[in-house]
Amino acid sequence: MNAAAEILLEADRLALRVGERWLCCEFSLRLAAGECLVLLGPNGAGKTTLLHTLAGLREPSVGSVRLGRRQYADWDSLAAARFRGLLPQQQPDHFSATVLQTALVGRHPHLGRWGWESDDDVAIARAALAEVGLAELAGRDILSLSGGERQRVSIAALLAQAPRLFLLDEPTNHLDLHYQVAALELFARLARAGRGVVMVLHDINLAARFADHVILLDGRGGVIAGARDEVLQADRLSHAYNHPICRVAVDGRTVFLPD
Amino acid sequence: MTSQRNILVTLGSLALSGALALAWALSAGDFAIPFSDIVAALFAGAEGMPATVVRELRLPRAVAVFACGGLLAIAGALMQVLLRNPLADPYVLGISGGAAVGALGAMLLGLAPWLVDAAAFAGALGAMLLVFGLAHGDGSWTQTRLLLTGVIVAAGCGAAVTLMLSLATDTRLQSMLFWLMGDASGASRPWPALVLMGVGLVAVLPFARDLNVLARGELSARALGVRVERLRYLLYVLASLLTAAAVTLIGSVGFVGLIVPHLVRFVLGNDQRVLLPAAMLAGGALLTVADTAARTVIAPIQLPVGVLTALIGVPVFLFLLSRHPR
Repeated sequence: MNAAAEILLEADRLALRVGERWLCCEFSLRLAAGECLVLLGPNGAGKTTLLHTLAGLREPSVGSVRLGRRQYADWDSLAAARFRGLLPQQQPDHFSATVLQTALVGRHPHLGRWGWESDDDVAIARAALAEVGLAELAGRDILSLSGGERQRVSIAALLAQAPRLFLLDEPTNHLDLHYQVAALELFARLARAGRGVVMVLHDINLAARFADHVILLDGRGGVIAGARDEVLQADRLSHAYNHPICRVAVDGRTVFLPD
Repeated sequence: MTSQRNILVTLGSLALSGALALAWALSAGDFAIPFSDIVAALFAGAEGMPATVVRELRLPRAVAVFACGGLLAIAGALMQVLLRNPLADPYVLGISGGAAVGALGAMLLGLAPWLVDAAAFAGALGAMLLVFGLAHGDGSWTQTRLLLTGVIVAAGCGAAVTLMLSLATDTRLQSMLFWLMGDASGASRPWPALVLMGVGLVAVLPFARDLNVLARGELSARALGVRVERLRYLLYVLASLLTAAAVTLIGSVGFVGLIVPHLVRFVLGNDQRVLLPAAMLAGGALLTVADTAARTVIAPIQLPVGVLTALIGVPVFLFLLSRHPR
């Protein structure tokens, strides 16, 4: 790992338990600015639980998580929200609101208790909407949007939040092929510009394309953490997903295919 | 994005409608009083019959219904965010059920009116603590669990109310029914409720943007730095207290707490910083108009105000629902 870059996120001897079940045994991770970490694993393996633990929204069963060298307990909740942002897997929309208002919610940690969104905040939210191709829909009601469009609104709200560290739970949910790649390229650009990205993905090939590091959970407590090429091996993936997966080279690119 | 000037204009016009509603409430009745006499009675300390009617009969009643409308509208808006359910109203968690059990029990025993009020307030707080204790039992406090607990407690209270109605004598039955439908004719001490309405609004406004974030889901809210646990306690206790005060004063008037937040949301959007004060003013104005109509349309018979709010509320709500893109 890059020793010179600032460390955004560290976990020491982390282990997670839900009820009586251990989701992962003790492992450590360290994410520096500029890096992208992908969490892979089968359904119910604990990827989301791990991501929420890394986001400080859940206490680790064992071990500790540090955001920017500090434990979450030592962070003010709004300061933490300016440092790390979470894209949840599902975004419930119960009440109508415009797309722009929804993106502006991301500015919350940047405003004081009595502060109203300034013109600058509106400009930031509009720029975020433009990044995800929704500039024209700024005035639309969020309840009238499709699932993929709502997912892009959520991404725009996260961009408006402007954290150093992005924690993304299945950012490609509901997105068509074009926007899947566009969204991940957007976050890869942000990583290259000095942010950090941790994301849960289901598509091994997208992971192979965008990850620097991979954590592979097997759903039985086993964890493999390491550099991308070290973890993304056909036998390790086949074991974790409990399904035969083979590795194929096509036009100079590595592709993983289920049998 | 609503600009701050638009917001001030909207709140100003709502405040004006509230004032007009109050003025109508003071002047209308089988004894019509011109506006100049009202002003004289209120501000110049005028003597005589009209002044007495304004000061001692109509003013307490008008203030009571205005305060209750405001209290119920704020409480409804808070409950909708707390439960993240657009169909939530102030009574959904059994507050009015508990108050009804207390009030009707006191009426059944033939207690004095102030004891009926005290029993209603105690019943409302009892229901609030019961629901809270049951829903919070194992530390998990999802809104589904809270909602289900509240609905069940409300159903239990409903059964107790029916039981008490069937045991009541004919003379008491009518006042019990009026209490259940919401009746402002006996409201003689409205000022504490009005103060509570203002205090409640001032207490919740600093957290209004937190509520906007919470409306986007609890997980997002926590990730955006909102202290959700603390906020939920505040919402629950405040909404319950406001509801308890309103129900104690004039009984369980329906629909104001459900439709006013929706009406305001429909016009102004779901920004709680605007929604809460606007809902308070609109709720107050609406209930004042409804109550004044209830005691004048077929005078000398006075209708329970709850019937009027339902008669106005149901078609308006259905109209909005059919127009809303969902």
